[in-house]
Amino acid sequence: MYTDEIKEAQKEYLLRLADDRMILSQRLSELCGHGPILEEDIALTNISLDLLGQAKLYYEKVAELSDEEVTADDWVFFRDEREYWNVLLVELDNEDFAHTIVKQLIFDVFEILLYGEMINSKDADLKAIAEKSIKETKYHLRHSHEWMLRLGGGTEESNRRLRDAIEFLWQYTGELFYTDEVDDILVGAGIAPDVSKFRDEYYKTLNKILVESELEEMDPNVWMQSGGRDGRHTEYMGHILATMQYLPRSMPDAQW
Amino acid sequence: MVVTEEKILKLLDNVSDPEIPALSIADMGILRGVKIVDDQVIVTVTPTYSGCPAMYEIRRRIVEELKENGIVGVKIDTVLSPAWTTDWMSDDAKQRLKESGIAPPTKTNEFSLDNIINHKDFVPCPFCSSEETELRAEFSATACKSLYYCNSCEQPYEHFKCH
Repeated sequence: MYTDEIKEAQKEYLLRLADDRMILSQRLSELCGHGPILEEDIALTNISLDLLGQAKLYYEKVAELSDEEVTADDWVFFRDEREYWNVLLVELDNEDFAHTIVKQLIFDVFEILLYGEMINSKDADLKAIAEKSIKETKYHLRHSHEWMLRLGGGTEESNRRLRDAIEFLWQYTGELFYTDEVDDILVGAGIAPDVSKFRDEYYKTLNKILVESELEEMDPNVWMQSGGRDGRHTEYMGHILATMQYLPRSMPDAQW
Repeated sequence: MVVTEEKILKLLDNVSDPEIPALSIADMGILRGVKIVDDQVIVTVTPTYSGCPAMYEIRRRIVEELKENGIVGVKIDTVLSPAWTTDWMSDDAKQRLKESGIAPPTKTNEFSLDNIINHKDFVPCPFCSSEETELRAEFSATACKSLYYCNSCEQPYEHFKCH
């Protein structure tokens, strides 16, 4: 059995993992029926569905660890902006297709490396979720990587849009490596991966893909945005929650 | 009728994945086992993908199939580990998949960042067996399939992804 300290840290940690995926999933789901081509419409919503499935697994585990009677839905629909711990990257607007793809790439490379470590977790549930999810993320990364090459090597306009996207979104990559006492406790207990271990590999991989995509390398050691893990979000967050939470909040007992 | 684990497994051969009608949930590797504990039937399943929406329907079909055969009070356990893989699909199942027009999965690759980024799957056309095919989209009508196009017989087709 875990100590209370580890249990509390674990709840917090699982919510961070869940919120990242939940909000990104919701953002991608906005493209349902709006993809640039039918195949992309289907791809982006399939990725959204994978992320939703992963988020659900984490929320259910938090619910299991909680003393109160809570369900995954309670975490998703009845928390306010300041109680969501997702990184800012995932809540940002889809903007154009280049932004959507770059945002996914930034997330996918991180997720592959994170799950690559998490499959060694001493926590059986976290290990099982990581082993399951990493297979899904593999296809997410293949998808975003392919589009990087197509857009980067496409037309002057597609290359310019891709460059604008990476120049804007780069400042949101740093937060993926945010750690505090929650991580320290869980890394110490062998439950959570130490993200600093793969930071270099992360940026090296991203830069390699940028060069392949006919873009310039970016500097990992610049000023980065932060705040999401403390519940301080961008102006996009309130809007996305309003859309996502409207129905269960206006009709709390609504069932499918 | 005495209910045995073998009998239940046999009945569950009639339960197919709603998205892949050519295969049963046993062929797919979704069905992980059946146990009878103190007169209660426990069916263990594993999801293909974390967010697979077919899981609800599959659970319903299991309960329905057993109920029609007089077996009630069935409990369905969902496990995540070991993670579902297409390597569990038998050669016979792959053949039936191919006959239904879906290119079957090949053996999964060793996992590495490089393997993911520089992948090249070998996916011959299920209709004419041509190797002159190209990937059109990593995702198709369901998360478990991708979309290919055959340049020989000019047919689009789905590929059951290696997972």
